[in-house]
Formats: sequence, structure tokens, C-alpha cells
Amino acid sequence: MNWVWLILLSVSVVFAIITGNLDAFTKAIFDGAKSAVEVSLFLLGIVSIWMGITKILEDSGLIHRIAHLFRPLISSLFRNIPGDHPAISAITLNVLANLFGLGNAATPLGIKAMQELSTLNPDKETITFEMMIFIVINTASIQLIPFTVIGILAGSGALNPAAIALPTLIATVISAFVALLILFLFRRGLK
Amino acid sequence: MIKYIDYVSLLIIPIFILFTLLYGSVHKVRVYDSFVAGAKEGPKIVLNIFPYLLAIFVAIKGFQGSGAFDYLRDGFYRLFAALDIPIEVISMAIIKPLSGSASTALFTDIVKGAGPDSVAAKMTAVIMGSAETTFYVLAVYLGAVNIKNSRYLVPVCLIADVFGIVVAVAVARVFL
Repeated sequence: MNWVWLILLSVSVVFAIITGNLDAFTKAIFDGAKSAVEVSLFLLGIVSIWMGITKILEDSGLIHRIAHLFRPLISSLFRNIPGDHPAISAITLNVLANLFGLGNAATPLGIKAMQELSTLNPDKETITFEMMIFIVINTASIQLIPFTVIGILAGSGALNPAAIALPTLIATVISAFVALLILFLFRRGLK
Repeated sequence: MIKYIDYVSLLIIPIFILFTLLYGSVHKVRVYDSFVAGAKEGPKIVLNIFPYLLAIFVAIKGFQGSGAFDYLRDGFYRLFAALDIPIEVISMAIIKPLSGSASTALFTDIVKGAGPDSVAAKMTAVIMGSAETTFYVLAVYLGAVNIKNSRYLVPVCLIADVFGIVVAVAVARVFL
């Protein structure tokens, strides 16, 4: 991340000087800061709501029952999560929210999942392989129906806006498998 | 089928909340107090994430504003001109991992400009639906638990993004 950030910013400054876009660059940086504040305020609302709801799940013991139910499924991919651990429930709920395109629930539940996975991490500053699997699954964004995209297509009078649903699902499933494959190849290659 | 799934996805959160409240009450949980205690964690988490989001948003917006983004896109366009891929697809492929709002705006522009039934609109639609705003996900999830050493996660995600775009374009070619 250090390299990505360094390269993005230095390349931008050099380009801004060469192309004379210094004004636009400086304005864009403060626009970025503004977006970060807006997104954080938005996150503050939805994250707090879901932290409240998941607290009820914890206090009522439901979180362990959900974990118990989905353990066989989740542990086949996440091998180092002990039985009925709350991380299993958080991962399950995040994946379900993603499947149904519930972005407002998926991100907070994903944060919850990361926190639960962090409790299993002996070295808090270094990522675990389980966390990497979880993030890779999330960046692959498996969604049953891309409602936003279909909505935009339908709004501008496409002949059959829903026609993209199946190809999108196929593409997203293939790319999720490819992403996991790359992750596992990296792990094997670095051993 | 799509209408049915749409309805189910509208139903899921309300039903889930109702079920959680009822299940909690049956198990003698004071649901209001529990909710408030849990929600108290929210601001701490978001405060943790904020500097990560700030860093990534500033870099991405700066990259777009400096004109470097346009050069990168034109470079890729020349590189892939032989493959008969519309330039809109190249723009989407670069912008989607960087910014969610920018990619939605770009998609709306493409649909308006090239028409909703054009090849460009269909290909970018598949990319929109199958790719994720990788840098946002990384900033939020790594920031939430203060991970400093993400090992090989970032290269894995970037390589996976490239493959994801290739897959999306190929699938769009075959099916649409």
C-alpha cells in the first residue's frame, strides 16, 4: 500500500507540472479530503447501526448459532477459525449481504468480520491469511443481480436491461475463483 | 425472476432486524440497551478508518485531477486498439477499482453517450457488476483493524482486478 500511494501521488504531481494542471491537481486533493469526510459520515451511520444489531446477536447467543449452522461451509475455505467462532457468523452475514446487493449492510458486517478475525491474530499489525481470503472475496463482489446497473440501463430505455444479469453473474463467479487462485498461488510461491 | 429477487432483497434487512429483536427478547436480552452499547463502537471504528480513507481518496482524486489518469487511459487504449475494445471500456477498467461514485457517473455517461444497447454500454455494465472498488475495500477493511503489514494482499488484488476485467470483457463478448 505504501508503494501504491507513493507512486500515485508522485506521478500525479509530476504530471500536473508537465501538463500545467497544477490548479486542478490542488483542487482535486482537497476534493478528495471532502469525499473522505462525506464517506466517513455515511459509514458512521451504517456502521453504528450494524454494530448495534450485531451486539443484540451476541448478547442473545444467536451469533454462535449462526456460526454453528454455517461452519461447514465457511471452514472449508477459512481453515484456521475455531468452531462456532463469531467470525464465522460475521463472514456469513457479509457474504449474504453482498449476494443480495445490500451494500449498506455488507461493509459494516465486513468490518465486524475483520474485527472478529483480528481477535484470532497473534500479531495485530500483520494480516492473517484468513483476512486476506476474506478481503479477496469482497473485492470480487459476488452479487446475484446487479440492481444499480440494471436500473441505470432501464432508466435510459435499454431494450432488455436484465439481459446483462446472467453474464455479470458468470463473470463475477469466474473472477472470484481466479482471484482466490492467485491468492493461493502467491502463498505457495512465497513459501 | 429478477423482480422476485429484487423483492427478497428488499425484505431481507427488515425481516432480519425483526428476527434479531424477537430472538433477543425471547432470550431475555434488553434489546434497546444492547443496541446502544453496540452502536457506541461505531464512532471509534470509523475514526480509525478515516485517515486510511483520506490518504487513498486524496491520492486517487489527485491522480484524476493531474491529467495522469487521461494519459494512462489513452496509453492503454493505444495498446489494446487492435483488440477492438471501445475506449469507454478502458476508462471503466481503470476507474472501477479506484472510485465507486466516479465509476457510476462514468457508466451513466456511457449509457447516455453510446446508447444503452451499444457494445460499450454492455461491456461496461458487466465490469460495473463484476468488479469492486478495490482500493476503498482495502482502505476500509485494513483500516478497521489497523493492519500495517498487508503482506502480498495488494499485488494479489491488483492482479486479480486485471484478470477480472479480462474475464468481464470475454464474457460480454460471448453472451451479449
